[in-house]
Amino acid sequence: MNLYQFCYGIIHWLVDLVNNIWYWLGDFLPWYFGDLFTTIGDFVASEGHLSFMTILAECVVVIVVALINVLNFLWIFRKLSGRILDFYGPYYVGYGIGGWLQNLADGMKLFIKEIIVPTKADRLGFLLAPVIFVGSSLAILAVIPFSVDFGISTNESGEYVSAGALFALAAFSIAPFAILLAGWSSNNKYTLIGGMRSAAQMMSYEIPLILCAASVFLLAGSFNFVDIVDAQSGMWFFIPLFIGFVVFLICLMAEVEIRPFDLPEAEAELVEGWTTEYGGMRFGLFYMTTAVRSYAGGALATALFLGGWHGPSFLPDEIWFLIKAYIVFTVFMWLTWSVPRIRIDQMLVFGWRRLLPLAVLNLLIAAILKSGGWF
Amino acid sequence: MAEMWINMGPQHPMTHGLWNLKVKIDGETIVDAEPEVGYLHRGIEKLCEARTYPQIIPIADRLCYGSSLTWSHLYCLTVEDLMDIEVPERAEYIRVMTIEMQRIASHLMWLAAYAGDLGLSVGFTYTMRDREVFVDLLQALTGSRLTYNYPRIGGVAHDLPPDFERDTVRAVKYMEMRLKEYEDLFDGSKVFMMRNVGIGILSKEDGINLGVTGPSLRASGVDYDLRKDMPYSVYPEMDFEVVTHEDGDCYARYRVRMDEMWESCRIIRQALQKMPKGRWRIVAPRNAPVGTGLGRVEDPRGEAVMYVVGDGTDRPYRLKIRSPIFVTVSAAPKILVGYKLADVVAIMGGLDMCIGENDR
Repeated sequence: MNLYQFCYGIIHWLVDLVNNIWYWLGDFLPWYFGDLFTTIGDFVASEGHLSFMTILAECVVVIVVALINVLNFLWIFRKLSGRILDFYGPYYVGYGIGGWLQNLADGMKLFIKEIIVPTKADRLGFLLAPVIFVGSSLAILAVIPFSVDFGISTNESGEYVSAGALFALAAFSIAPFAILLAGWSSNNKYTLIGGMRSAAQMMSYEIPLILCAASVFLLAGSFNFVDIVDAQSGMWFFIPLFIGFVVFLICLMAEVEIRPFDLPEAEAELVEGWTTEYGGMRFGLFYMTTAVRSYAGGALATALFLGGWHGPSFLPDEIWFLIKAYIVFTVFMWLTWSVPRIRIDQMLVFGWRRLLPLAVLNLLIAAILKSGGWF
Repeated sequence: MAEMWINMGPQHPMTHGLWNLKVKIDGETIVDAEPEVGYLHRGIEKLCEARTYPQIIPIADRLCYGSSLTWSHLYCLTVEDLMDIEVPERAEYIRVMTIEMQRIASHLMWLAAYAGDLGLSVGFTYTMRDREVFVDLLQALTGSRLTYNYPRIGGVAHDLPPDFERDTVRAVKYMEMRLKEYEDLFDGSKVFMMRNVGIGILSKEDGINLGVTGPSLRASGVDYDLRKDMPYSVYPEMDFEVVTHEDGDCYARYRVRMDEMWESCRIIRQALQKMPKGRWRIVAPRNAPVGTGLGRVEDPRGEAVMYVVGDGTDRPYRLKIRSPIFVTVSAAPKILVGYKLADVVAIMGGLDMCIGENDR
């Protein structure tokens, strides 16, 4: 049973339940109301509406799973930073489960804070930027399946979007526009510089990222995540495309904007960069969304390079996928805490002079491997 | 982008205190800079005029939160010069040992702040952790952790506690081990080198003309250290090198401070070995004679000078403090122009700002 069938079953049961009550209510009404009731009931029970509701339910399931994992990610982020930086990390909130509830407590605290819009800010842009940022980040998750069965599909056979990988990369790169919008509309010099940096930085890492992904598409011969993962059943792509894997991870760190590439929010020189004017739950949303993007980045790296859900069969496919995504995230955290922040001009030089040639070289290797018939 | 002024401060993560650096940027490049200090002015010089000589020691401690012992030591030196007091030799050795410990603690705190500025979280927590070793030693000796109130006019407040020599030797050994690790951590990091080498170059002439002293000047290749050039206390007895570096960039300033910590470790060992038995304090007279006293020491941040005028009463007529950082910060526009905005934190962090002594 795949996720679509599971959700369809639940929705079907719910609709039946509601419609029984609905028709029963309709019996008490005069005939002209009764007809209207019947019409509405029939619409609710129609196949089109059912499949629409099923897709919505799938989205809810995927987002809830993602947010639970994001809580784990944030917890790992804090505990691991404690391990690396020589302190305990969260401990007392959620005593006995390693302080796992600390993030919920922080979220609660941020939730009851006042939300402020600066007087001279561009109100529309200021309010729209978080929506774009969070929305585009959650949209990445829509197309990444965790196994053949677990993902958002539009029909019973569980087929996924055929250009899913392209969609994921596209959704990933919307965020800099939101950051630029936030930086501009906050009407603050720090946020403005942060937004500009984000735009400048995007130029340097986006192209190597896409090129590395392109080498995978070349080997797999498809944009569909299921096909890409199936193509790795023999050998995971990070072995033949090791250069590409490393470049991809570096670019992902820049894409997720964690240190050493967190230039838009470099807290030492730009206070908090583009998030300076955002407070309360909006800040919490940004904080959470960074973890969502790390999660999506880990999932993307897993699907493209680390063999997706392939693994020994004593664990379910989804668990293997998550384990790999967690490992990628852990590597990110490890680098984050042990490397200083890079400068923006160095970032551009690094992107254009180091990462781009390596990415092209990697694409060449992929082309040779494909034309040689090894894949 | 057009040119614009950015106020980095008074409330800004870069400042490490309360001051304002106005930076004019063109895109990301700095075209002009203007430091503004005075936000933390507490009127310490005036406060001193209303207090008796021993009462000023805790105030002198509060001049700099990073290296308070150096300042109270300087104050005692100055008043001893005014009163013409000969300090017992044991007290001199204890003073030298403690101010070298304070120098290590201060440099470690600088390193922590510097690493934090550059975004190297590991550097921040590790150095702060190892600073604890020396802070704990000083706590065992003096009873407090930040403002020690330990030197007295005519000696020091207490003798060494039991087992202090043993703990100090252990701490120095531990510190030398950790210093090697820091050199791996910082110098071994490519990104750290990228952020430091060739950034914020202060030429020898500019350094001298602008009155920069201390590690920042020695990093520009000037061999100027009051511990050697105008020795005070028992520094002539000690065998140590004056660390200089030729490049004058952020990396040279970092390197000078790291090497100074090695030298401080050497001085602490020697002070422990050569420390004689005997008295550690003599009773100072209550009233100072009419006259002036001058003290100059090598603070962790540069040359610190105090000048006191006595008028025959038990309170100073005037106490003038020369802060090394107040002079060093005036070199900021000279160093900053031409570099990127992100280099502001590296350059100003590398100068080791301490606003307490700056604004007095």
